[in-house]
Amino acid sequence: MSHNAYITDERIESDDDGPLADRTVAVKDNISTEGVRTTCGSAMLDEYVPPYDATVVQRLKSAGATITGKTNMDEFGMGTTTETSAFGPTENPAAPGHVPGGSSGGSAAAVAAGEADLALGTDTGGSVRCPAAFCGVVGIKPTYGLVSRYGLIAYANSLEQIGPIAPSVEAAAELLEVIAGPDDRDATTREASEARSTSDTRAGEAREREEGADTDYAAAADGDVEGMEIGIPTELVEGADEAVVETFWDAIDDLEAQGASYHEVDLPSVEHAVEAYYVIAMSEASSNLARFDGVRYGPSPDYEGNWNEEFAGVREEGFGEEVKRRVLLGTYALSAGYHDKYYKKAQDARAWVKQDFDEALSEADVLASPTMPVPPMEMGESLSDPLTMYLADANTTPVNLANLPAISVPAGETDDGLPVGMQFVGPAFGETEIIRAGSALA
Amino acid sequence: MSDSAVEPEDVRHVASLARVDLDDEEVDRFVEQFADILDYFETLDEVPEVDSETDLANVMRADEVRDSLDQDEALRNAPESEAGFFKGPKVS
Repeated sequence: MSHNAYITDERIESDDDGPLADRTVAVKDNISTEGVRTTCGSAMLDEYVPPYDATVVQRLKSAGATITGKTNMDEFGMGTTTETSAFGPTENPAAPGHVPGGSSGGSAAAVAAGEADLALGTDTGGSVRCPAAFCGVVGIKPTYGLVSRYGLIAYANSLEQIGPIAPSVEAAAELLEVIAGPDDRDATTREASEARSTSDTRAGEAREREEGADTDYAAAADGDVEGMEIGIPTELVEGADEAVVETFWDAIDDLEAQGASYHEVDLPSVEHAVEAYYVIAMSEASSNLARFDGVRYGPSPDYEGNWNEEFAGVREEGFGEEVKRRVLLGTYALSAGYHDKYYKKAQDARAWVKQDFDEALSEADVLASPTMPVPPMEMGESLSDPLTMYLADANTTPVNLANLPAISVPAGETDDGLPVGMQFVGPAFGETEIIRAGSALA
Repeated sequence: MSDSAVEPEDVRHVASLARVDLDDEEVDRFVEQFADILDYFETLDEVPEVDSETDLANVMRADEVRDSLDQDEALRNAPESEAGFFKGPKVS
């Protein structure tokens, strides 16, 4: 594959007849596929072959989809550029010489290059929306609990969701319909229509909806934004690159011309979202990745030292530098004497972000911002400076902290021809609102 | 390890807690990067205490025997196994 979109290029056919019978779907390589190697972009899992399918893979097969292969990604989902993969970087088909975004860069590149009709990615702090924005395609991060994580190899459980990537909003919505819904193997999943009716604050009073319409995602891609109220968090626009801001406001003008209106809102908490996100994600990662010990899977130890020495040696060999960095910082944040300073404060910040978003969404149908504050970086540009790379997640991480749904749709291009994404954030289990808003642009 | 005062021994200590060996160049890079990143994390001090409403409910199921992976499948990815067990290094 010319863009290095795939780690494993192996087709999985399905004989079932269903809504995806004539569609091909690329699957991110941290989602378990029975009998097909699943690496997480890591040397640690270079030879790991899962003995079972993730729930979403079972649902793809039941829907008749053909899986085209397993796509490249930042190692264990840790990155914003798909350059931390042990299998080499992926190039952006929509912007040659630039990164595809990450961590689901292979999935977005496969769709952008036409190598698959659709793709699944995973989004822990923006990993579906960022590559969708950078590659000029559509990506949805579902509400936490809408899509089963059973069979997803965990990075940060409390933040991540599997989500669709597609060339159009309608196609992404169709794929979401296939993968969404409760699963008794993931106790955090919920029935969307029930969850929505208990948390609904605005949709009922301001925008009448038919019974059952809450989960009819493809039908919501009707482009009808007449009367829609859009909130624009100033904090997520002001810090962005000039060319991105210009493209963003052009797209807002477009939505206004189609009958939507907007107002600006303040979300002071989001100034702390990136650091809260990284403390929580690194802490969860340090615990999750403890399972990679070279005993149940991983490179073969040579059995000369004791358990701890072997364990540490296998992990030096199997993990790349970004993974080591996050495991170490997470271990530090949770260690005696520092837990209250970092982890507990990060949980406070998370609750604050959630409150801010709930409040803003009580007076708006959706919130809009640029998906990424910058256009796609040049390949090789950001690897040496991890903090700068983390800061690029400023607009996407708050959504994961607040457990909300968000979509990234193409908003246009910079003067240099680089794709810019528009992000819409909706209320919990309000996927139809963000799909409707997005479908007015793509 | 905060206020930019990250020493190589701090990095080595955390690495030993996390059971990750590092080479000397990695330690040098991490000393510098961790100082920047932890300085940035310091801004969490400005976050007020927030009462969060917990929206959690226990999810239970009947405690019934179900099919699971058989022993061969469970051991298939292990570098070493013996007589139906994972084989690991000695504990001490």
